Amino acid sequence: MSETDTEGRRIANEARDRVRFEEEALGLSDQVFRVARGLVNSREEAEDLVQQTYERAFRSWRSFTPGTNLRAWLLRILTNLNIDRARRVKRRPETQPMEEGDYFLYNKLEESAGRPLEEERVVERLSQDDVVGALSVVPHDFRDVLVLVDIGDFSYQDAAQILDIPIGTVMSRLHRARRVLKQELAERAVEAP
Amino acid sequence: MDPCDHCEEVMQPFLDRSLSLEEQRSIETHLESCPWCSPRFRFEQELRGYVRVACSEEMPPSLKAKLAALRTPLL
Repeated sequence: MSETDTEGRRIANEARDRVRFEEEALGLSDQVFRVARGLVNSREEAEDLVQQTYERAFRSWRSFTPGTNLRAWLLRILTNLNIDRARRVKRRPETQPMEEGDYFLYNKLEESAGRPLEEERVVERLSQDDVVGALSVVPHDFRDVLVLVDIGDFSYQDAAQILDIPIGTVMSRLHRARRVLKQELAERAVEAP
Repeated sequence: MDPCDHCEEVMQPFLDRSLSLEEQRSIETHLESCPWCSPRFRFEQELRGYVRVACSEEMPPSLKAKLAALRTPLL
């Protein structure tokens, strides 16, 4: 076989691998968008973030190891881009919220109803806007974990890999994130005039 | 410590199924007879599903088209 043939075959193989990679990555875009939308406060920001993620992914596709978790690989790019973006945007300083227990929101809802809340879907007392608004003020470190695990369905292991933090940190941040979210929900749903 | 304080502390790991089998069982037994904890655990479970639904927005078709356009053109 001539050298030109070998080179031709290599190029053809690479083109095939690249097409396969791009198709597979595009097939995950709905899931990637869902996580992006949870991480930032507007749809426009989420769209920009996803577009930048795919631009970078398609540029550096060779650094992806076939057979490993492509969804986690894409999300790692996305969360890194989001961290860079957050550094650029001047954000209000994040205050460490006071931490109430896990029953706090339910207790508040019951208190405001003035009677026990059994036999009904208590979550229906919360509006979609309450939830989206509450998530938007959860500090970023906590929010990233909550969005990956509770919205993106990533395992602790994957979330740890994506965010490059130990698995124990994923769990402790997740627990705090859920508590902070409930506190914010209590403020919105119960104390609103 | 009040047993219900303990339940509040372990509610998340319980629902994440990350407690030891023994601890998991002891909480289950408590929940069967505790009118304070059981609706609170149910609520937490429902809330997780609700957060997922409330925060899920469909990807706009225009973005899908933009992403497809980023593909490397075939020669």
